[in-house]
Amino acid sequence: METMNVKFAGLGGTGVLKASDIFAEVVFNLGYDVKKAEVHGMSQRGGSIASDVRYGNRVESPMIPDGTADYLIVFAEDQIPVNQAALKPGGILLTPKDIDLAKLPNEKALNVAMLGKLSTYFDFPLDLWESVLKKLFNEKFHETNAQAFKLGRS
Amino acid sequence: MLSFDPNASRMLISGNEALALSMLHCKVQLATGYPGTPSTEILENFSEFGGKAQWAPNEKVAAEVALGAAFAAARSVVTMKHVGLNVASDVLYTATYSGVSGGMVWIVADDPGQASSQNEQDTRNHAKAAVCPMFEPSDSQDAYEMLKTAFEVSEKFQIPVILRMTTRVCHSKSIVRPTGGLEALTPKFVRDIASRVMVPGYSKPAARRLRKKMEDLEVWNVQNHESLVVEGSNDLGIITSGICFHHAREAAPEASILKLGMTYPLPADVIRDFVKDKKRVVVIEENDPWLAENIRALGISVEAKYDPVFRFGELDVNRVKRILAGEKTPDPEAVKGKPPALCQGCPHQSSFAVFKELDCIVAGDIGCYTLAALPPYSAMDMMIDMGASIGMGLGLRHVLPPEEARRVVSVIGDSTFVHSGITGLVEMAYNRPATGHVVVIVDNSITAMTGQQEHPGTGRKLDHSPTYKLDYTEIAKATGIDNVVEVNPVRDREAFKTVLREALSKNELSLIVAKSPCILALKSILAWEKANKEAAAKQEK
Repeated sequence: METMNVKFAGLGGTGVLKASDIFAEVVFNLGYDVKKAEVHGMSQRGGSIASDVRYGNRVESPMIPDGTADYLIVFAEDQIPVNQAALKPGGILLTPKDIDLAKLPNEKALNVAMLGKLSTYFDFPLDLWESVLKKLFNEKFHETNAQAFKLGRS
Repeated sequence: MLSFDPNASRMLISGNEALALSMLHCKVQLATGYPGTPSTEILENFSEFGGKAQWAPNEKVAAEVALGAAFAAARSVVTMKHVGLNVASDVLYTATYSGVSGGMVWIVADDPGQASSQNEQDTRNHAKAAVCPMFEPSDSQDAYEMLKTAFEVSEKFQIPVILRMTTRVCHSKSIVRPTGGLEALTPKFVRDIASRVMVPGYSKPAARRLRKKMEDLEVWNVQNHESLVVEGSNDLGIITSGICFHHAREAAPEASILKLGMTYPLPADVIRDFVKDKKRVVVIEENDPWLAENIRALGISVEAKYDPVFRFGELDVNRVKRILAGEKTPDPEAVKGKPPALCQGCPHQSSFAVFKELDCIVAGDIGCYTLAALPPYSAMDMMIDMGASIGMGLGLRHVLPPEEARRVVSVIGDSTFVHSGITGLVEMAYNRPATGHVVVIVDNSITAMTGQQEHPGTGRKLDHSPTYKLDYTEIAKATGIDNVVEVNPVRDREAFKTVLREALSKNELSLIVAKSPCILALKSILAWEKANKEAAAKQEK
């Protein structure tokens, strides 16, 4: 299969990297070759950040070339222009507007709600998403995350 | 906390995690370093795996500790970022002369694109200048394998070896299938004065021995096929190394590619063999045209990237396509993102607001607080290298007219002070400016910028267990500083301002420790302290 490109973007400290970790772990568990690229360091301090996940039969560069992202998931509206160039023509852009924010159990769970929305575009088994969410989060967040994920899917 | 199972047969891990795993499998007996993005997580992960990992005050000391271990026939690792090698280069340039008895690998992480660094220097220049063999991994599996090979080379040829990482290889995740490590070495001391005491009588023959080792190593590099050839069209050949290999394969899937694993000494015969039937050969590399220049020096004709555009920043698939097309136009302008800023509630916000209110000329240093140079603070006037705040501040004081000199303050973080600030205090008391001088340690009780690492001033080791806690005020008194004050710049902001104003008005030497913990680290610091207290209480029973 062709390499699939999924880019997560937003501001440091809002769960962008965590969301990309979860997605990467899901496709890793499906047996694909996976690469994931991000820059940490100074950008943690509230600046713009992005994390690229690529998967397929064989992935070369870990970075998604501009104009080739199949999915772009942006966690803050003002970060859309910064990342728009990544998206391929006809690629899918997901933003917080795709979530019913009034129903979000906790604003920190936005990343999981966005993953819920993203999950509707793939036919990955639901129980895989659920087990990875449980594996990568502390138990005290499991209930909130389950609600947020469901909200994203609704 | 580990995010993966180190016993799995297939794992999705970063280059730094892969190195830590390889260190475990290669039975590394001592690993040391100083935190620096993007290298920091290597030692932290190794410690999590149960390896012996420790932070040193700076990279030079770390390298010396690792060298001592390798003189004792152990297997050691020292980690640092590229600029850390400048600090430790004094060790490297003569450790290649002496050689080692065990195995010693220097993991040095470059930062093409300067994601988190003050310059974009290319470690490959150091490797050649210091005459140190060098490997360049391209992904996590490569990092895992090449560390092992680097040790094999180090132990066979009795020489330190550099493993050159880059930000993308350190922090990108890719799949690793562990392949097993090395048998443990047994440390022992065997006297060898002529090899390890580098006085001219011994170092002159050592220099010749070193060059002979390089000749042997080049033969080894050719014979052991540390290079990978991807067969493709003869119309286009690409010579590359590190992460650029993957960009190149994606950018030009039809091309033949020579991926060099060991880039110093270069395998000249392998390169000659690769280019001989190619119509066109292009070198794809980040930053300096290092491969291109060294390959040309062998008398082999290759094309290089257009330097005025492509020397700067990271490469990616689209940039590699542009290089291959011979483009010379500037890169398309990217939309600028939001720059990093001091965190809400960061104690540096308070300190730097005071420097601004008092119209200080701030000789600054390296850490989170360097962000105070940016708007809205714009309250740092210079920053060059670790510890430079004190020396630069003194230089300003010596030459400026007295009314301007009295505005000069050197501002340095706690970890940076321990790294390279102490000798600055010695200089300050030794060559005292006429107007005196003021140093402020903005002490947030952690190495914050790199992700909250311990240092000798926190009183805790890399794994957060307790150890001797360095006392800055005692150091200042011992070096001859007239006034030493500790004040909390957040809780007692006005007191901090008063103390600073008074210090600036006197012709005396003052050290102000502006102590208030990092807001992000506070919770962890309290938890570590509590755990250490409980462990101590348990031991007393």
